[in-house]
Amino acid sequence: MTSRIDNKRCLKMYKQMLTIRRFEEKAIELFEHNLIRGNIHPCIGQEAVSVGACTPLRRDDFMVNTHRGHGNCIAKGADLKRMMAELFGKSTGYCKGKGGSMHIADFEGGNLGANGIVGGGLPIAAGAGIGIQNRGTDQVAVCFFGDGATNQGTFHESLNLAALWKLPVIFVCENNLYGLSTPVREAVSADHISDRAMAYGIPGMSIDGNDIIAVHTKMVEAVERARAGEGPTLLDCITYRFFGHFTGDPGKGITYRSKEEMGQWLERCPIKRFRERLIKEKRITEKMAKTMEANVTASIEEAVQFAKESPLPLPEEALQDLFH
Amino acid sequence: MPERMISCAVAICEALTEEMARDEAIFIIGEDLVAHGGIFGQFKGLPERFPGRVIDSPISESCIVGAGLGAALTGMRPLVDMHFADFVTCAMDEIVNQTAKIRYMFGGQVKVPLVIWAPDGAGLSAAAHHSQSLESWFIHAPGLKVVVPSEPADVKGLLKAAIRDDDPVIFFQHKKLFAREGPVPEGEHIVPLGKAAVKRPGGSVTILTYGSGFYMSMEAANELAGMGIEAEVIDLRTLKPLDFETIADSIKKTNRAVVVHEACLSGGFGAEVSARINSELFDYLDAPVLRVAAKDVPIPFSPRLENFVLPKVEDVIKAVRQVTYR
Repeated sequence: MTSRIDNKRCLKMYKQMLTIRRFEEKAIELFEHNLIRGNIHPCIGQEAVSVGACTPLRRDDFMVNTHRGHGNCIAKGADLKRMMAELFGKSTGYCKGKGGSMHIADFEGGNLGANGIVGGGLPIAAGAGIGIQNRGTDQVAVCFFGDGATNQGTFHESLNLAALWKLPVIFVCENNLYGLSTPVREAVSADHISDRAMAYGIPGMSIDGNDIIAVHTKMVEAVERARAGEGPTLLDCITYRFFGHFTGDPGKGITYRSKEEMGQWLERCPIKRFRERLIKEKRITEKMAKTMEANVTASIEEAVQFAKESPLPLPEEALQDLFH
Repeated sequence: MPERMISCAVAICEALTEEMARDEAIFIIGEDLVAHGGIFGQFKGLPERFPGRVIDSPISESCIVGAGLGAALTGMRPLVDMHFADFVTCAMDEIVNQTAKIRYMFGGQVKVPLVIWAPDGAGLSAAAHHSQSLESWFIHAPGLKVVVPSEPADVKGLLKAAIRDDDPVIFFQHKKLFAREGPVPEGEHIVPLGKAAVKRPGGSVTILTYGSGFYMSMEAANELAGMGIEAEVIDLRTLKPLDFETIADSIKKTNRAVVVHEACLSGGFGAEVSARINSELFDYLDAPVLRVAAKDVPIPFSPRLENFVLPKVEDVIKAVRQVTYR
């Protein structure tokens, strides 16, 4: 039931999911036209985790992100224009073209940045928690990471530290069932990633990551717990990336995932599910949804326009920003 | 009034006491800090003086350094104690991929006021995992400032400067020098990062050194004076950013240079300095730049073996005589 979430918030959540989807679809298209270089790790299919986990956060809460991080950036309130400009490598981008798709940060919005190293963000989130605890505020830090990161030492060190010191950190696993091409069942010794919380004496839950209400509900509890000084929570959000590991993955990951499996997950599309639910609960009409969808598309086009018109950095800017 | 003599260990404590009293955002995190006052007693008295701000952590170097970074990014000014410099290997991702790169990679959005304090060096029969000098690894990771002090006054002044700096600083301090005493000014004493010091003036040859190499070089310089060779000893103090101006001024005068460090020869800081001297000061040189360093093996345990591997005063003398043709 969505009944406990007010209408305004529900519609905002839907709009954000849609924004993430359209932003990434556009980015992939631009990549295919060689307007965006490098690579993109799309989170299409995982939008419910991003939005469900970030909705309970305040702007002054912290977020640590992964290489598959566009969705989490948008959900934490990043500006689409500056994000798109960063993907284009323009000087108006969040990182002035030095980070690109994989390294977007927005410190003013509490976004401590996306990491190219699997598991690289977990200790940073713990540290943000130490800072919060030292200052005595009621902020929280949310740490996103994939299923693959749960086999890194940093995962275990950080969960241990956060549990030991009751740090206000929420560990959100975007468990999309594959670490690049390796299935989670061949890489994780536990039945569920959430079982690993037990070892650290903290709450851990495995939930349907394609059900935004489920993610939101558990996240609200985890955030309340963290703000109250009761310590960290591990949320294992089971989801699926429709586009494979990255834009260079042949056939959207067909070399390691069956057509049947991919088809089944498409049926469980988090945006489609939420839309149907909102219509069924009469929170939104077809007409309203269409208008919203048109607005989202327009905002993405605006971002692309901004990125295209923005200047490239001067080559010498490569030598700036190293030291304060 | 004669200057007050204190040890390097007391200098660390004094710098931290003054800085922690000045700024509440500073805290120390690492292994075994509270009960022992640090594994070498280097933080003695601080846990009592600043309760809750000297934090004992589990043995999780990756997480300790990464958490220091996370705290630095969100408004704190942590000093991370590495326990032994050798243990940086367990936190290389956090130092090299995260701490060094984060400001640049994110377009200069944020400051990173983090000090990684790492006791290094050999000479204590501590064998291969507790004796290394690893400073040159971090020269090669743009985004880090690298400090290696020798004398107690520099320890105090550089540590205070490192703590106040808004960029990440890796601060190596030789374990064998903790008890070494020297004159140290009381109260506010800051040694700016990136400034070398001419510690002994001379016109025959320039000895470029830092850390334990400084004492070795001073001893050699005193012996060389007896042979009529006046060595100018420059204590580099900060390796990155490097004060090449002071180096150049000296070499333009002496026309000869020897680089002395305890770290092993290949790929050591001496290679970097001598390459730079060759490319920028070639016309001033009357002899090739020589390097005095440890032999290219892990540090062995047995005192006899360890002594053989490490550079010695005689090696410095030999190198200086070679470049001065004496």
